[in-house]
Amino acid sequence: MTQTITNYTLYLADNALILGQRNAAWCGHGPVLEQDIAITNISLDLIGQARSFYQYAAELTGNGATEDSLAYLRTEREFKNVLLAEQPNGDWAQTILRQFFFSTYQLYLYQALVNHTDTRIAAIAEKSLKEVSYHLRWSSEWVIRLGDGTEESNRRLHKALEALWCYTGELFMPADFEAAIDLIALKNNWTAKVKTILEEATLIVPENVFMHSGGKTGNHTEQMGFILAELQYMQRAYPDSEW
Amino acid sequence: MNTMTPDIQQTWSYLEEIKDPEIPVLSIVDLGIVREVAIDDEAVTVTITPTYTGCPAMDMIAASIKMELMARGFADVLVKFVISPAWTTDWMTEKGKLQLKEYGIAPPNPRQQVCNDKLFAPDEAVQCPHCESWHTRRISEFGSTACKALYQCEDCKEPFDYFKCH
Repeated sequence: MTQTITNYTLYLADNALILGQRNAAWCGHGPVLEQDIAITNISLDLIGQARSFYQYAAELTGNGATEDSLAYLRTEREFKNVLLAEQPNGDWAQTILRQFFFSTYQLYLYQALVNHTDTRIAAIAEKSLKEVSYHLRWSSEWVIRLGDGTEESNRRLHKALEALWCYTGELFMPADFEAAIDLIALKNNWTAKVKTILEEATLIVPENVFMHSGGKTGNHTEQMGFILAELQYMQRAYPDSEW
Repeated sequence: MNTMTPDIQQTWSYLEEIKDPEIPVLSIVDLGIVREVAIDDEAVTVTITPTYTGCPAMDMIAASIKMELMARGFADVLVKFVISPAWTTDWMTEKGKLQLKEYGIAPPNPRQQVCNDKLFAPDEAVQCPHCESWHTRRISEFGSTACKALYQCEDCKEPFDYFKCH
């Protein structure tokens, strides 16, 4: 039982950390200053959520584990994040669409987790929900703006949709630590929201696409090693270094 | 030094001396993040709640609380974090809101007015902290820190931060 909660907490933490790390790479590279600040603020919120979950996971793990050891010293196969979170930033359209898919997932998931029997997970979800609702509003507006924008912005968003859609199915494929979560209700909510926004963005929801999976059990895409190499470099090269 | 009688009221007033490192006019008490002060002999436990989960100021605030209270004679200072119930700008004091405005940051509107998830909603009406005009526009929902949005006054033309309702 404890192992299940620990793994689930790590899953929530890993998702937030890896997408936060991805978004952070936009720092100083955003299309305009205000949006550069927006995406890095979202990154900061995600890393904050990751910290809360890692702190809890460290307490559950014991044996001297800390939020830092869980983030910096686990190997690729130990990370449980979904493949969607680790996909490359690509252009602005791809980053936006990835955020929109993920924030929609987080919103409905955290709404459900507020009633989780584990009060610590429920509290972190309640706190994070406020932030996620900003992220979802912001990314929804951008999806519509790009899709229903110019010919070029539509083309780019369409390309992003083709690149990312095959990673959305995994969100609702249950891992063994997710038995307590109603993934069917989550999928229905997610699909309805995504459909509404994509239609407003004049995009068509793809059908009959093969869905990749494996992230939840540690089988990641080739992207993941590069992310961890950058994320963990300092602690690997200079163990226990502080600043 | 060791003869002081710890007093909860007194401790709250010590905490008023500690400012948010990002907004140095605003005390952590006026910001509404101090949830509880408990004293047991020479040990004191201060419970605080983060504004945003990723707020980088929290570690610094915790360190400031320890230093301030140790300097005031407490031998043992523990800072505890709680996140539920989640912090809201409604917990900011009226004094705090006034101090924000004097500092040039528009204070948060009451939560009931706004904070909805409607897309492309009209900009929240925010009063310019410099010239008091309501003729302002939002430049970005995300500002220099997680808790602020960026606005500009259409009358005096000054850009300003808005401590967004949360």
